[in-house]
Amino acid sequence: MAGPRYIADPEDSVSTVALDGLSVLFHAPSGMTHIVAAPAPEILAMLRAGPADAAELLRRLQAHYDFEGDEAAEAIQARLEELEAAGLVQRA
Amino acid sequence: MRHRLDLQIGPVAFRLGSAWCEPLDVLARLYEPYPAPRDRICDFTVRLEPEKPWRRFVRPSVAIKGDYVLPDAAPMALAHGLLAAEMGMNLQMALGQKRYLLLHASSAEKDGRAILMTGESGAGKSTLAALLGERGWRLMGDEFALLDVASGKLLPFPRAVSLKNGAIKVMEAEVAPERFGPRLEGTPKGVIRHMQPNREAIGRMAESARPALILFPRFGQAPAIRAVGAAEVFMRLTQASTNYVNLGRRGFDALNRLIAGVPALAIDYPDTDTAIGLVEDFRQELAA
Repeated sequence: MAGPRYIADPEDSVSTVALDGLSVLFHAPSGMTHIVAAPAPEILAMLRAGPADAAELLRRLQAHYDFEGDEAAEAIQARLEELEAAGLVQRA
Repeated sequence: MRHRLDLQIGPVAFRLGSAWCEPLDVLARLYEPYPAPRDRICDFTVRLEPEKPWRRFVRPSVAIKGDYVLPDAAPMALAHGLLAAEMGMNLQMALGQKRYLLLHASSAEKDGRAILMTGESGAGKSTLAALLGERGWRLMGDEFALLDVASGKLLPFPRAVSLKNGAIKVMEAEVAPERFGPRLEGTPKGVIRHMQPNREAIGRMAESARPALILFPRFGQAPAIRAVGAAEVFMRLTQASTNYVNLGRRGFDALNRLIAGVPALAIDYPDTDTAIGLVEDFRQELAA
């Protein structure tokens, strides 16, 4: 069963700066700054290609990164829910 | 307001008004060597008013008012009027400053390089900056550092140094008695005594400096030095800033520019002389 589909704000509305392992994001629509760890910046980047659910997002991420184990989709779903709570992604 | 005083501190002009003459008289003495505001337009207004009209005469207590007010800013005894004026000025800066990224930090400069020190209350940032200011550095500020978001430089805000408890004795041993204000006993922060910065700090208060080092000092610990990662510096400085959120993207960019260009260290120190020695070592390393 397909999970909820998410979208992210366009690239020009989020500034991202990598700071030794973490990233700081300035989210212009809300004026808020977030400090996030991987794979949050990667998820946001992949979502800019269009709306996706966790399974589709995993496919896009796998084209660029290696994933181990069977729980990757669940982990990505959990990260999506955290990003939704932070206002960085929305349901499509 | 019955009594008025205009003050220029660094790039900021204040207008202070008071229902009583005492707090402003003490303030005028403390700020006697400061230049008058460059023009007649003041950035912030601070008003010290009686809590209720009749209290100007009966057990007077001071309420802090101004362009920006906090609903729960507590009224204070008139004997602490000087502290009320200082808190009023801090409050206007903290809530109203929009041109500079305001960091709750002290700063000092030598050879064009500025050191920025921030930490919790009692970490010793004020005392260290005040001591450096008497030992060959230029005191830029003991409480607020102003980061110019356009140039990335630090601007001085050398208000009278607010010395608390143990720091009072340390500075009394270094500085002539005429540069001190009255001892304020029994304030919410314990004993407080204000100290006028020296002539160099006041004379050069329009002169900005390039930040060269961020320090997170911690007093009362065995000596230790640790490099602080960029993400931690970012988090600590946003916490130390009162107007980071208000500045939006400008604040984000200015802070990242600062962090990318300046090393950051946490230092633990058992006494102020050890800390001054460490700062001098860092300065020589940066100069090399």
